[in-house]
Amino acid sequence: MELMLLYSVFNGFIVGTFYALMALGLSLILGLNGVINFAQGTFMALGGYIAFTLEPYVGFWGALILAPLVAVVVGVVVERVLIRPLYGRDPLFSLLLTFGLAMIVEDLVRTIWGAVGVPFSLPNYLNTPLSSSLFFLTGYRLVLIAITVVVTGALFATLRYSRIGIRIRAGNADLETISALGVNIFFLRAANFGIGIFLAGLAGILAAGQLGLSPDIGSELIMPSFVAIIVGGVGSLVGSVLGGLIIGIASGVTAAFFPAAQEVVIYVIMAAVLIVRPRGLLGQEGLFE
Amino acid sequence: MSENNDTSGVIERRNLMKIGAAVGAAGLLASPRQVWAASGAPVKIGMLDPRTGTYAGNGGDEIRGAKMATDQINGAGGMLGRPLQLVVEDSQGLPGPAISKAQKLVSQDKVDFLIGSVSSAVSEALSQFAQQKKILYVDTGGHADDVTGTKCAWTTFRTCSTTWMLTSGDFGTLFKKFGKKWFFITPDYSFGHALERDYTAQLKQAGGMSVGNALAPLGTSDFSSYLIRARAANPDVLICLSAGDDLVNLLKQAVQFGIDKRMAVAGALQEMEVLEALPKQALLGWWTMEWYWNQPGVPHVAEFVDAYKKQFGGKVPTARVWFGFVSVHAIAMATAKAQSLDTLKVVKALEGLELPPEIALQPGKCYYRAEDHQMIANMFPGHVPPDATYPNLFEVANVVPEAQIAQSPQAAGCHMTYPS
Amino acid sequence: MSTMIRGVAASPPRRSAIGRREIASGLIWLLLLLVPLWLPAIGGYTDLATRILIYGMAATGLNLLLGQTGGLSFGHAAYFGLGTYGTGLFLIHVVPSLPLAIIAGTLLGGIAAVLVGPMVMKRRGIYFSMITIAFGQMFYFVAVRWNGLTGGEDGLTGFSRVPLHIGSRSVALGSTGYYYLVFGLFALVMLVVWQILRSPLGHGFVAARENATRLRFLGVAVERQIWASFAISGFIVGLAGSLDSLLVNFTSPANFQWQLSGEFVVMCVLGGMRSFWGPFLGAVIFIGAQDYLSSVTQNWMSLIGLIFVLSVLFFPNGLLGFIRGRARA
Repeated sequence: MELMLLYSVFNGFIVGTFYALMALGLSLILGLNGVINFAQGTFMALGGYIAFTLEPYVGFWGALILAPLVAVVVGVVVERVLIRPLYGRDPLFSLLLTFGLAMIVEDLVRTIWGAVGVPFSLPNYLNTPLSSSLFFLTGYRLVLIAITVVVTGALFATLRYSRIGIRIRAGNADLETISALGVNIFFLRAANFGIGIFLAGLAGILAAGQLGLSPDIGSELIMPSFVAIIVGGVGSLVGSVLGGLIIGIASGVTAAFFPAAQEVVIYVIMAAVLIVRPRGLLGQEGLFE
Repeated sequence: MSENNDTSGVIERRNLMKIGAAVGAAGLLASPRQVWAASGAPVKIGMLDPRTGTYAGNGGDEIRGAKMATDQINGAGGMLGRPLQLVVEDSQGLPGPAISKAQKLVSQDKVDFLIGSVSSAVSEALSQFAQQKKILYVDTGGHADDVTGTKCAWTTFRTCSTTWMLTSGDFGTLFKKFGKKWFFITPDYSFGHALERDYTAQLKQAGGMSVGNALAPLGTSDFSSYLIRARAANPDVLICLSAGDDLVNLLKQAVQFGIDKRMAVAGALQEMEVLEALPKQALLGWWTMEWYWNQPGVPHVAEFVDAYKKQFGGKVPTARVWFGFVSVHAIAMATAKAQSLDTLKVVKALEGLELPPEIALQPGKCYYRAEDHQMIANMFPGHVPPDATYPNLFEVANVVPEAQIAQSPQAAGCHMTYPS
Repeated sequence: MSTMIRGVAASPPRRSAIGRREIASGLIWLLLLLVPLWLPAIGGYTDLATRILIYGMAATGLNLLLGQTGGLSFGHAAYFGLGTYGTGLFLIHVVPSLPLAIIAGTLLGGIAAVLVGPMVMKRRGIYFSMITIAFGQMFYFVAVRWNGLTGGEDGLTGFSRVPLHIGSRSVALGSTGYYYLVFGLFALVMLVVWQILRSPLGHGFVAARENATRLRFLGVAVERQIWASFAISGFIVGLAGSLDSLLVNFTSPANFQWQLSGEFVVMCVLGGMRSFWGPFLGAVIFIGAQDYLSSVTQNWMSLIGLIFVLSVLFFPNGLLGFIRGRARA
């Protein structure tokens, strides 16, 4: 019983890291670009498929680094061509646009790589459990956690200490003022969008190794990521990560003890948070009210 | 996506619209079927299969098989002397869109017959729809027992096997070889429920026991929580009942957790589409195929495989290809026998209809059983050999005639009633 | 009925345009009335027109919230789905009566919207959309997992359009008969929406969209306005769902999915969120395009996505807004 609980908490934690990565990217783009990026899930799939294509040439680790960067290039082009005309307009339009974009990218992925899932192979040394009693600790899962921690840490450090990071945060708080102060907000938004897509692409490759790769892989992760943002609190990046981990663990534990409710539970948590603390756990007062 | 080989008989909708506009006006004045008979217009089979979604790969193969049959029939003079036309619609593998599309095929395209489906949920919905519309429906690939069992309909025939056959095809082998404590990972819809029920019934009878059943929703990509439960239950055999991409993910993760080192991994249905998508480490397990391309010594099979390879880019045909191929040919044979397109007459002609060897493509007698409209052919249980490479991804242990393992129509719960 | 067209309450219709608009809306009603006569002749089928009316009704209902009140709900498929299940389950488990089943579905969808409303009404803009979409998903998973009641992933079968009892006569509804039933209810809904837009309540909706802060200073409970709008649109969308389940004698969890919510929104935008007929026109274009494209090519998803993208980039005011802008220029 206790062992089962331990397994499922850890398992939920792994799922939670995916939610957290996705929610973090969504949250960044939501903050500075003012866009809910419905296409985040398909950029994730795109990252996975690019990695699958690159892997024979550059190996797993090479693909892990290169594929998100390729996704970023696509993302920045998308931002430049499609998203930029919508800044300052009703958020409805960017919602619809990314919604349509998600359909187009999913269809492209299906046309290029086929409707059937593709075999994405991991190096053998990552693909085995560390010990037979802690069977759920595979090398890959540890690598996955390590990469997530490193990337998230690096991101927060960048936002905290680097010039561009400080500007992104300042832009989050008051875009007009920093624009008046001479910051090129178009560049800033493009860079921010790129970082958000990088996180999606990375999540895609990590998920490809863990879950398998099919054209609609992103659609299962995007909704819980929304919930993670709502639970963590809109406007708080730490909140997004926290929210992702909370709902991941909650659904992992529920899956073990009351499987029929494993998906519903995260929405129940969301409703509870909205009733008790409408701005989310770490959300700022007054935002979007 | 390698379907550039459309021939005259296989018309996708873009060409059809032109015909439709012309026929439509005349259709106002008289029943459309009479108009066509007079003008010698094509006989139409409406095919509903997923081209998007979880089962898109399987759907594509059924469509390719049906196209091949359509070409052959048109090459040999068509259906009742008229050209045969296959109108394909995307069901997305979901019952809701499938019903909408079926409505379109019947109301707008005025198709004479319906075939298709990968998912049992779609088959059941289409079966009910076809009966309400009094149109013949051949279920190509949705396996749940009910379709030709408790929910059997006079208008519905089924080419693929039942879940009962899928489970009894390899139950004996698994039970003897691996042990009597079983754990199930079951997709949470009719197909999965039926497989689990059928295995469990046989397991109880043989003196074994089910130590757990984890229900996974269709489209699950993360199976780790189910695998944790399986591992905690410590069974002799882990039965994986998912299909399509879901089964790919399940097997992949089972191997990552080292589950295959602690218990046997097996299941009922296995398909080439799934094995192709698996990374090398995850190619394993004991399963049943419903048709296999490699049948040494069986007449016509090698020619069929070569012809298919030539037409569709070098891949070997799968069981899904065979379903589509047989379903179209069966309808053509039945209309020829009935000399009519009338639903009831064609239904009567299909009942008991035996496939000739060049269409059956397997040993023994293959026929649609008259009492419940279920195809009785063979099962191909076996296992994935070590170091398997495409296209040799499966090793058939023995060919089991379904006549030996099928439930009787009475046991399956089918009471067929016809319109008076 | 021909006077049923008007702009939003905020902009009084210009005198010179009234005559033209009356003719236009009269023409729409006439075309709708005669659908079973002309649609098959141009290669369509009556059930398609019925579906368009149903989705047009849902989009019009959603637009009360979306276009008039400014609440970006991306979760209205939830109330549509509840409408379908409410009707189906009522027919199976309670009594086989068509009118009662339709009422049951409508109530189920509407009451759910009444209950969800207070949890979303304080939010604005994007945040509002995120919460509504998440609530929609909650209902989706309940439908998928509550197998015993809903049939789970297989969907709900075993109910059908029972004959309508008028007095002592029993009328079986075929394609055409059912079209006219839906048409009648569609007309009723349009009438109700029109009346609401003319009423103080409707003016309150628009005021909540245009300047919520000012409204608050005036002592108006803006949240209540949004809640009311949310609830009314929930009832209408629920009714549409109910009618949809009877069109195909079937429902499945797909009717709850966020993709469907997005389609409702794009119908409103495509036709024009600020006009009375906009959402309906959007439904005509969208359902028509979807029906056609998904038959012509297996890449239909890209083309539908393209409709989303193009309508946002080039027709942000919708087709009606575009035409009106042209007329003014």
